[in-house]
Amino acid sequence: MNRIRVQPDDFDPGLEIAQLGAQAGAVVSFVGLVRAENSGDRLISMTLEHFPGMTERELERIANEARARWELLGVTIVHRYGELKPSERIVLVVTAASHRRAAFEAAEYLMDYLKTSAPFWKQELRQSGAYWIEARSSDDDAAARWSKG
Amino acid sequence: MKLLYFAWVRQKTGRSEEVVTVPADVTTVLDLVQWLRLRGGGFGEAFADEKRFRVAVNQEHALLGAVIGQDDEVAFFPPVTGG
Repeated sequence: MNRIRVQPDDFDPGLEIAQLGAQAGAVVSFVGLVRAENSGDRLISMTLEHFPGMTERELERIANEARARWELLGVTIVHRYGELKPSERIVLVVTAASHRRAAFEAAEYLMDYLKTSAPFWKQELRQSGAYWIEARSSDDDAAARWSKG
Repeated sequence: MKLLYFAWVRQKTGRSEEVVTVPADVTTVLDLVQWLRLRGGGFGEAFADEKRFRVAVNQEHALLGAVIGQDDEVAFFPPVTGG
């Protein structure tokens, strides 16, 4: 029931929403995009590396955990890899439910866990050189709040 | 044992994967890390600080204390930055 794809190609958010939401009362979608700059340093491109096999397994696991927490009618996760330019789409998460709260919360949960456990790594080619993006402790904090209380 | 390296760990070690036969006293990920450090050079650099890299055993996140054997696949990589 989870629709999980890891691919170099772009995706069509409207099409993905239409395909998932046919039976739902609420559909929430999140699209992550490549920023145009980092700390004032103009971005030329971003290259995403991943761990084929483990990536799909982790995304499937996260989607199943979301389904265990909320009454969801469907989950779609599409994540790109390879070289992307500023403003290109990187990731799509779509959740479908009977009511909005489950769809909103599950979408946020999926993104928080995707950012801290799916094996992707970003390298930015900026005007001043190539840099691996460092993991942010604020992302760990965002994921950890779901396991409190 | 199959070893995989990703992102800057791959760049520092200069390889993306290899198959190794580890000594009998290498039974945990930490033992493996210490054994790989003996190679020096880029391996010494990549594995110098245990806080800087993460590990997966057979495609599941694992800790340094995880027990491993010759048939396992162990991957080393930086903290993830997808999304």
